[in-house]
Amino acid sequence: MPPDQSPPATITPYPDGPYLVRGDFAVTDRDGNEMPVERRTIALCRCGKSRMRPFCDGTHKLIGFKAPSGQEPWPGA
Amino acid sequence: MAGRLIELPPPRGPLSEQLFEALEGPPHTRLACPGLIEPDDPLADEDLQLALYVAYELHYTAIAGVDERWEWSPSLLSFRSALERPFEEAVAELVPPAEAAELESVGAALQEIVAEDPGPPLSRYMETQGTREQMLEHVVHRSAYQLKESDPHSWAIPRLPPRPKAALLEVQFDEYGGGSADRMHAALFAKTMEGVGLDPTYGRYLDRWPGVTLATVNLMTGFGLHRRRRGALVGHLAGFEMTSSIPNRRYGNALRRLGYGPEVTHFYDEHVEADAVHENIAAWDLAGGLAAEEPEVAGDVLFGARALLQVEARWASHLMDSWEQGETSLREPLVPVAA
Repeated sequence: MPPDQSPPATITPYPDGPYLVRGDFAVTDRDGNEMPVERRTIALCRCGKSRMRPFCDGTHKLIGFKAPSGQEPWPGA
Repeated sequence: MAGRLIELPPPRGPLSEQLFEALEGPPHTRLACPGLIEPDDPLADEDLQLALYVAYELHYTAIAGVDERWEWSPSLLSFRSALERPFEEAVAELVPPAEAAELESVGAALQEIVAEDPGPPLSRYMETQGTREQMLEHVVHRSAYQLKESDPHSWAIPRLPPRPKAALLEVQFDEYGGGSADRMHAALFAKTMEGVGLDPTYGRYLDRWPGVTLATVNLMTGFGLHRRRRGALVGHLAGFEMTSSIPNRRYGNALRRLGYGPEVTHFYDEHVEADAVHENIAAWDLAGGLAAEEPEVAGDVLFGARALLQVEARWASHLMDSWEQGETSLREPLVPVAA
Protein backbone atom coordinates (compact mmCIF):
# COMPACT_ATOMS: atom_id res chain seq x y z
CA MET A 1 0.00 0.00 0.00
CA PRO A 2 1.44 3.43 -0.90
CA PRO A 3 2.24 5.45 2.23
CA ASP A 4 -0.28 8.18 1.41
CA GLN A 5 -3.21 5.80 1.13
CA SER A 6 -5.40 4.95 4.12
CA PRO A 7 -6.18 1.29 4.66
CA PRO A 8 -9.66 0.20 3.58
CA ALA A 9 -12.45 0.91 6.06
CA THR A 10 -13.19 -1.56 8.83
CA ILE A 11 -16.28 -1.53 11.04
CA THR A 12 -15.91 -3.08 14.50
CA PRO A 13 -18.82 -3.50 16.89
CA TYR A 14 -17.55 -2.99 20.47
CA PRO A 15 -19.09 -5.02 23.32
CA ASP A 16 -22.30 -3.34 24.56
CA GLY A 17 -21.20 -0.23 22.66
CA PRO A 18 -21.04 1.47 19.26
CA TYR A 19 -19.53 0.55 15.90
CA LEU A 20 -16.03 1.94 15.55
CA VAL A 21 -15.09 2.83 11.98
CA ARG A 22 -11.45 3.15 10.94
CA GLY A 23 -9.57 3.52 7.67
CA ASP A 24 -10.69 5.16 4.43
CA PHE A 25 -14.36 6.04 4.81
CA ALA A 26 -16.92 8.79 4.40
CA VAL A 27 -20.27 9.15 6.17
CA THR A 28 -22.99 10.41 3.83
CA ASP A 29 -26.76 10.75 3.84
CA ARG A 30 -28.87 9.14 1.09
CA ASP A 31 -28.30 12.11 -1.19
CA GLY A 32 -24.58 11.66 -0.93
CA ASN A 33 -24.01 14.71 1.29
CA GLU A 34 -20.99 14.09 3.43
CA MET A 35 -21.31 14.57 7.18
CA PRO A 36 -18.33 16.33 8.70
CA VAL A 37 -15.97 13.91 10.43
CA GLU A 38 -13.09 15.40 12.36
CA ARG A 39 -11.28 12.33 13.58
CA ARG A 40 -9.63 9.25 12.09
CA THR A 41 -11.71 6.82 14.14
CA ILE A 42 -15.41 7.45 14.66
CA ALA A 43 -18.14 5.74 16.69
CA LEU A 44 -21.54 5.11 15.08
CA CYS A 45 -24.57 4.63 17.32
CA ARG A 46 -25.63 0.99 17.69
CA CYS A 47 -28.23 1.29 20.46
CA GLY A 48 -30.42 3.75 18.54
CA LYS A 49 -30.74 6.22 21.40
CA SER A 50 -27.88 8.65 20.74
CA ARG A 51 -28.88 12.32 20.61
CA MET A 52 -26.47 12.94 17.75
CA ARG A 53 -27.16 10.03 15.43
CA PRO A 54 -25.63 8.52 13.43
CA PHE A 55 -22.77 9.18 15.85
CA CYS A 56 -22.46 7.69 19.34
CA ASP A 57 -22.77 9.99 22.37
CA GLY A 58 -22.39 7.36 25.10
CA THR A 59 -26.13 7.03 25.81
CA HIS A 60 -25.98 3.21 25.43
CA LYS A 61 -24.49 3.12 28.93
CA LEU A 62 -27.57 4.81 30.42
CA ILE A 63 -30.04 2.38 28.85
CA GLY A 64 -28.26 -0.89 29.59
CA PHE A 65 -27.63 -1.70 25.91
CA LYS A 66 -26.22 -5.21 25.48
CA ALA A 67 -24.72 -6.67 22.31
CA PRO A 68 -21.66 -8.79 21.64
CA SER A 69 -18.68 -7.73 19.56
CA GLY A 70 -18.95 -10.75 17.28
CA GLN A 71 -21.88 -11.95 15.19
CA GLU A 72 -24.95 -13.08 17.10
CA PRO A 73 -26.07 -16.63 16.37
CA TRP A 74 -29.25 -17.10 14.33
CA PRO A 75 -32.25 -17.51 16.64
CA GLY A 76 -32.73 -21.21 17.31
CA ALA A 77 -29.41 -22.13 15.70
CA MET B 1 1.88 30.17 23.07
CA ALA B 2 5.11 30.35 25.07
CA GLY B 3 6.45 27.41 27.09
CA ARG B 4 4.96 26.66 30.47
CA LEU B 5 6.20 28.71 33.39
CA ILE B 6 4.59 28.77 36.82
CA GLU B 7 5.28 30.71 40.00
CA LEU B 8 5.82 29.01 43.33
CA PRO B 9 2.56 29.51 45.27
CA PRO B 10 2.48 30.45 48.96
CA PRO B 11 3.24 27.38 51.10
CA ARG B 12 0.43 25.79 53.10
CA GLY B 13 2.38 24.18 55.94
CA PRO B 14 5.79 22.83 56.97
CA LEU B 15 6.25 20.39 54.04
CA SER B 16 5.55 22.89 51.28
CA GLU B 17 7.51 25.54 53.16
CA GLN B 18 10.58 23.28 53.41
CA LEU B 19 10.31 22.23 49.78
CA PHE B 20 9.81 25.71 48.32
CA GLU B 21 12.67 27.14 50.37
CA ALA B 22 15.00 24.44 49.04
CA LEU B 23 13.80 24.93 45.45
CA GLU B 24 14.84 28.58 45.58
CA GLY B 25 18.44 27.43 46.21
CA PRO B 26 20.88 25.43 44.07
CA PRO B 27 19.69 21.95 43.12
CA HIS B 28 22.17 19.88 45.03
CA THR B 29 21.47 21.50 48.36
CA ARG B 30 20.38 18.76 50.64
CA LEU B 31 16.63 18.76 51.08
CA ALA B 32 16.22 16.93 54.36
CA CYS B 33 13.79 14.07 54.13
CA PRO B 34 10.78 14.75 56.34
CA GLY B 35 10.08 12.36 59.19
CA LEU B 36 6.99 10.19 59.22
CA ILE B 37 4.17 12.12 57.54
CA GLU B 38 0.81 11.17 58.99
CA PRO B 39 -1.87 13.69 58.03
CA ASP B 40 -5.42 12.91 59.19
CA ASP B 41 -6.73 12.97 55.66
CA PRO B 42 -3.97 12.70 53.04
CA LEU B 43 -6.44 13.00 50.14
CA ALA B 44 -7.38 16.54 51.15
CA ASP B 45 -4.33 17.67 53.13
CA GLU B 46 -3.41 21.12 51.87
CA ASP B 47 0.28 20.98 52.75
CA LEU B 48 0.94 17.41 51.57
CA GLN B 49 -0.95 17.75 48.28
CA LEU B 50 0.60 21.13 47.42
CA ALA B 51 4.15 19.94 48.15
CA LEU B 52 3.58 16.80 46.07
CA TYR B 53 1.98 18.80 43.27
CA VAL B 54 4.92 21.18 43.01
CA ALA B 55 7.43 18.32 43.25
CA TYR B 56 5.61 16.70 40.31
CA GLU B 57 5.28 19.98 38.37
CA LEU B 58 9.06 19.95 37.88
CA HIS B 59 8.37 17.23 35.26
CA TYR B 60 5.76 19.32 33.42
CA THR B 61 6.86 22.93 33.56
CA ALA B 62 9.52 25.50 34.35
CA ILE B 63 9.07 27.17 37.75
CA ALA B 64 10.18 30.80 38.09
CA GLY B 65 13.41 31.06 40.07
CA VAL B 66 13.85 27.27 40.30
CA ASP B 67 16.83 25.52 38.70
CA GLU B 68 15.55 22.90 36.23
CA ARG B 69 18.07 20.37 37.53
CA TRP B 70 15.94 19.98 40.65
CA GLU B 71 13.71 17.65 38.59
CA TRP B 72 16.10 14.72 39.02
CA SER B 73 17.88 15.81 42.18
CA PRO B 74 18.20 12.76 44.49
CA SER B 75 17.17 14.75 47.56
CA LEU B 76 14.06 16.02 45.76
CA LEU B 77 13.15 12.49 44.70
CA SER B 78 13.65 11.18 48.21
CA PHE B 79 11.55 14.02 49.68
CA ARG B 80 8.88 13.35 47.07
CA SER B 81 8.71 9.67 47.84
CA ALA B 82 8.07 10.52 51.52
CA LEU B 83 5.05 12.52 50.31
CA GLU B 84 3.86 9.81 47.93
CA ARG B 85 3.73 7.07 50.55
CA PRO B 86 0.87 8.39 52.75
CA PHE B 87 -1.08 9.45 49.65
CA GLU B 88 -0.70 6.04 48.00
CA GLU B 89 -1.73 4.32 51.23
CA ALA B 90 -4.80 6.53 51.64
CA VAL B 91 -5.91 5.79 48.07
CA ALA B 92 -5.32 2.06 48.55
CA GLU B 93 -7.57 2.11 51.62
CA LEU B 94 -10.47 3.29 49.45
CA VAL B 95 -10.04 0.67 46.76
CA PRO B 96 -11.10 -2.96 47.31
CA PRO B 97 -8.86 -5.60 45.73
CA ALA B 98 -9.99 -6.89 42.33
CA GLU B 99 -11.88 -10.17 42.32
CA ALA B 100 -10.59 -13.15 40.36
CA ALA B 101 -13.62 -13.11 38.04
CA GLU B 102 -12.98 -9.46 37.16
CA LEU B 103 -9.46 -10.25 36.02
CA GLU B 104 -10.79 -12.65 33.40
CA SER B 105 -12.32 -9.77 31.44
CA VAL B 106 -10.87 -6.45 32.41
CA GLY B 107 -12.87 -4.65 29.69
CA ALA B 108 -16.15 -5.99 31.08
CA ALA B 109 -15.10 -5.35 34.69
CA LEU B 110 -14.37 -1.71 33.84
CA GLN B 111 -17.93 -1.29 32.53
CA GLU B 112 -19.28 -2.54 35.85
CA ILE B 113 -16.92 -0.35 37.85
CA VAL B 114 -17.89 2.90 36.11
CA ALA B 115 -21.59 1.98 36.25
CA GLU B 116 -21.25 2.14 40.05
CA ASP B 117 -19.58 5.56 40.17
CA PRO B 118 -19.52 6.50 43.88
CA GLY B 119 -19.54 10.26 43.21
CA PRO B 120 -22.40 12.75 43.74
CA PRO B 121 -24.41 13.91 40.68
CA LEU B 122 -22.26 17.00 40.05
CA SER B 123 -22.78 17.21 36.28
CA ARG B 124 -26.55 16.83 36.64
CA TYR B 125 -26.56 19.57 39.27
CA MET B 126 -24.55 21.88 37.02
CA GLU B 127 -26.81 21.18 34.05
CA THR B 128 -30.01 21.99 35.86
CA GLN B 129 -29.20 24.54 38.57
CA GLY B 130 -25.51 25.46 38.81
CA THR B 131 -24.91 29.22 38.91
CA ARG B 132 -22.48 31.14 36.75
CA GLU B 133 -20.10 31.56 39.70
CA GLN B 134 -20.22 27.81 40.39
CA MET B 135 -19.56 27.00 36.74
CA LEU B 136 -16.53 29.32 36.74
CA GLU B 137 -15.24 27.64 39.89
CA HIS B 138 -15.70 24.27 38.21
CA VAL B 139 -13.66 25.45 35.22
CA VAL B 140 -10.93 26.77 37.51
CA HIS B 141 -10.70 23.44 39.38
CA ARG B 142 -10.61 21.48 36.14
CA SER B 143 -7.89 23.69 34.67
CA ALA B 144 -5.47 21.93 37.06
CA TYR B 145 -5.66 18.97 34.69
CA GLN B 146 -7.29 20.15 31.47
CA LEU B 147 -4.49 22.58 30.55
CA LYS B 148 -2.21 19.53 30.43
CA GLU B 149 -4.89 17.10 29.31
CA SER B 150 -3.47 13.72 28.27
CA ASP B 151 0.10 14.54 29.28
CA PRO B 152 0.21 12.25 32.36
CA HIS B 153 -1.12 9.28 30.37
CA SER B 154 1.47 9.78 27.63
CA TRP B 155 4.06 8.51 30.11
CA ALA B 156 2.60 5.04 29.52
CA ILE B 157 3.64 5.03 25.86
CA PRO B 158 7.17 3.61 26.17
CA ARG B 159 6.05 1.11 28.78
CA LEU B 160 3.37 -0.79 26.89
CA PRO B 161 3.53 -3.83 24.59
CA PRO B 162 2.74 -3.08 20.92
CA ARG B 163 -1.03 -3.70 20.82
CA PRO B 164 -2.07 -1.67 23.87
CA LYS B 165 0.52 0.92 22.86
CA ALA B 166 -1.16 1.30 19.44
CA ALA B 167 -4.53 1.65 21.21
CA LEU B 168 -3.16 4.35 23.53
CA LEU B 169 -1.71 6.24 20.59
CA GLU B 170 -5.02 6.01 18.72
CA VAL B 171 -6.63 7.81 21.69
CA GLN B 172 -3.79 10.25 22.33
CA PHE B 173 -3.46 11.31 18.67
CA ASP B 174 -7.05 12.50 18.83
CA GLU B 175 -6.61 14.07 22.31
CA TYR B 176 -3.68 16.05 20.97
CA GLY B 177 -5.74 17.41 18.09
CA GLY B 178 -5.03 14.86 15.35
CA GLY B 179 -2.05 16.83 14.09
CA SER B 180 -3.56 20.29 14.65
CA ALA B 181 -2.36 22.29 17.66
CA ASP B 182 -5.57 24.36 17.66
CA ARG B 183 -7.71 21.27 18.13
CA MET B 184 -5.64 19.89 21.00
CA HIS B 185 -8.00 19.34 23.90
CA ALA B 186 -5.85 21.44 26.24
CA ALA B 187 -6.06 24.28 23.69
CA LEU B 188 -9.85 23.91 23.47
CA PHE B 189 -10.02 24.19 27.26
CA ALA B 190 -7.92 27.35 27.16
CA LYS B 191 -10.49 28.82 24.73
CA THR B 192 -13.29 27.92 27.12
CA MET B 193 -11.43 29.69 29.94
CA GLU B 194 -10.91 32.79 27.82
CA GLY B 195 -14.53 32.73 26.73
CA VAL B 196 -15.81 32.82 30.32
CA GLY B 197 -13.35 35.55 31.31
CA LEU B 198 -10.77 33.38 33.10
CA ASP B 199 -7.01 33.46 32.59
CA PRO B 200 -5.90 30.36 30.61
CA THR B 201 -2.24 30.68 31.61
CA TYR B 202 -0.91 27.31 32.79
CA GLY B 203 -0.81 27.19 36.60
CA ARG B 204 -2.48 30.58 37.00
CA TYR B 205 -4.91 29.32 39.66
CA LEU B 206 -2.50 27.08 41.58
CA ASP B 207 -2.94 29.07 44.78
CA ARG B 208 -6.72 28.65 44.54
CA TRP B 209 -6.87 24.86 44.04
CA PRO B 210 -7.59 23.09 47.31
CA GLY B 211 -5.73 19.90 48.25
CA VAL B 212 -8.67 17.78 47.16
CA THR B 213 -8.32 19.17 43.61
CA LEU B 214 -4.54 18.80 43.59
CA ALA B 215 -5.05 15.16 44.63
CA THR B 216 -6.99 14.42 41.41
CA VAL B 217 -3.93 15.45 39.39
CA ASN B 218 -1.34 14.00 41.78
CA LEU B 219 -3.05 10.63 41.44
CA MET B 220 -2.51 10.44 37.68
CA THR B 221 0.95 12.03 37.75
CA GLY B 222 2.02 9.51 40.39
CA PHE B 223 0.76 6.63 38.26
CA GLY B 224 2.44 8.19 35.23
CA LEU B 225 5.87 8.68 36.76
CA HIS B 226 6.20 5.15 38.13
CA ARG B 227 6.54 2.38 35.57
CA ARG B 228 5.35 -0.12 38.16
CA ARG B 229 1.96 1.65 38.11
CA ARG B 230 1.51 1.42 34.31
CA GLY B 231 -1.53 -0.79 34.87
CA ALA B 232 -3.11 1.78 37.18
CA LEU B 233 -2.27 4.60 34.74
CA VAL B 234 -4.02 2.77 31.91
CA GLY B 235 -6.99 1.96 34.16
CA HIS B 236 -7.16 5.61 35.19
CA LEU B 237 -7.32 6.73 31.56
CA ALA B 238 -9.95 4.11 30.72
CA GLY B 239 -12.06 5.16 33.70
CA PHE B 240 -11.66 8.83 32.77
CA GLU B 241 -12.76 8.27 29.16
CA MET B 242 -15.64 6.03 30.23
CA THR B 243 -17.07 8.67 32.56
CA SER B 244 -16.65 11.60 30.20
CA SER B 245 -19.22 11.70 27.37
CA ILE B 246 -22.38 12.02 29.43
CA PRO B 247 -21.07 14.51 32.07
CA ASN B 248 -19.49 16.65 29.36
CA ARG B 249 -22.79 16.89 27.51
CA ARG B 250 -24.31 18.14 30.78
CA TYR B 251 -21.55 20.70 31.35
CA GLY B 252 -22.04 21.93 27.78
CA ASN B 253 -25.77 22.24 28.49
CA ALA B 254 -25.03 24.09 31.73
CA LEU B 255 -22.94 26.67 29.86
CA ARG B 256 -25.62 27.06 27.16
CA ARG B 257 -28.25 27.57 29.86
CA LEU B 258 -26.03 30.28 31.37
CA GLY B 259 -25.90 32.03 27.99
CA TYR B 260 -22.47 31.05 26.67
CA GLY B 261 -21.91 30.35 22.99
CA PRO B 262 -20.20 27.65 20.96
CA GLU B 263 -16.68 29.05 21.50
CA VAL B 264 -17.12 28.27 25.20
CA THR B 265 -19.01 24.97 24.90
CA HIS B 266 -16.83 23.52 22.13
CA PHE B 267 -14.45 21.81 24.56
CA TYR B 268 -17.37 19.97 26.21
CA ASP B 269 -19.21 19.18 22.97
CA GLU B 270 -16.02 17.83 21.43
CA HIS B 271 -15.59 15.50 24.41
CA VAL B 272 -19.06 14.01 24.00
CA GLU B 273 -18.17 12.77 20.53
CA ALA B 274 -14.46 12.09 21.07
CA ASP B 275 -14.84 10.15 24.30
CA ALA B 276 -17.67 8.06 22.89
CA VAL B 277 -14.91 6.76 20.59
CA HIS B 278 -12.07 6.75 23.10
CA GLU B 279 -13.86 4.95 25.91
CA ASN B 280 -14.25 1.81 23.80
CA ILE B 281 -10.65 1.77 22.66
CA ALA B 282 -9.41 2.56 26.18
CA ALA B 283 -11.49 -0.11 27.92
CA TRP B 284 -11.17 -3.00 25.49
CA ASP B 285 -8.03 -2.48 23.39
CA LEU B 286 -5.83 -0.52 25.80
CA ALA B 287 -6.80 -1.73 29.31
CA GLY B 288 -8.09 -5.14 28.22
CA GLY B 289 -5.15 -5.47 25.83
CA LEU B 290 -2.58 -4.70 28.51
CA ALA B 291 -4.24 -7.09 30.98
CA ALA B 292 -4.17 -9.85 28.37
CA GLU B 293 -0.48 -9.36 27.61
CA GLU B 294 0.69 -8.62 31.14
CA PRO B 295 -1.76 -10.42 33.45
CA GLU B 296 0.37 -9.47 36.45
CA VAL B 297 -0.83 -5.85 36.15
CA ALA B 298 -4.51 -6.65 35.43
CA GLY B 299 -5.45 -6.05 39.06
CA ASP B 300 -3.69 -2.69 39.00
CA VAL B 301 -5.63 -1.67 35.87
CA LEU B 302 -8.85 -2.04 37.86
CA PHE B 303 -7.20 -0.32 40.83
CA GLY B 304 -6.47 2.70 38.64
CA ALA B 305 -10.09 3.00 37.51
CA ARG B 306 -11.47 2.59 41.04
CA ALA B 307 -8.92 5.03 42.47
CA LEU B 308 -9.94 7.62 39.85
CA LEU B 309 -13.61 7.30 40.78
CA GLN B 310 -12.90 7.56 44.52
CA VAL B 311 -10.62 10.58 44.27
CA GLU B 312 -12.95 12.31 41.80
CA ALA B 313 -15.88 11.57 44.14
CA ARG B 314 -14.05 13.28 47.01
CA TRP B 315 -13.45 16.29 44.79
CA ALA B 316 -17.04 16.46 43.51
CA SER B 317 -18.40 16.12 47.07
CA HIS B 318 -16.19 18.98 48.16
CA LEU B 319 -17.66 21.23 45.46
CA MET B 320 -21.26 20.34 46.23
CA ASP B 321 -20.78 20.56 50.03
CA SER B 322 -19.10 23.96 49.76
CA TRP B 323 -21.85 25.32 47.56
CA GLU B 324 -24.56 23.91 49.75
CA GLN B 325 -23.05 25.90 52.62
CA GLY B 326 -22.94 29.01 50.46
CA GLU B 327 -19.14 29.01 50.37
CA THR B 328 -16.59 29.07 47.59
CA SER B 329 -15.13 25.66 46.69
CA LEU B 330 -11.78 27.35 45.95
CA ARG B 331 -9.26 28.42 48.57
CA GLU B 332 -10.06 32.03 47.74
CA PRO B 333 -13.11 33.24 45.83
CA LEU B 334 -12.53 34.32 42.25
CA VAL B 335 -12.33 38.03 41.73
CA PRO B 336 -15.33 39.15 39.68
CA VAL B 337 -14.61 38.86 35.98
CA ALA B 338 -15.90 40.87 33.06
CA ALA B 339 -19.08 39.33 31.67
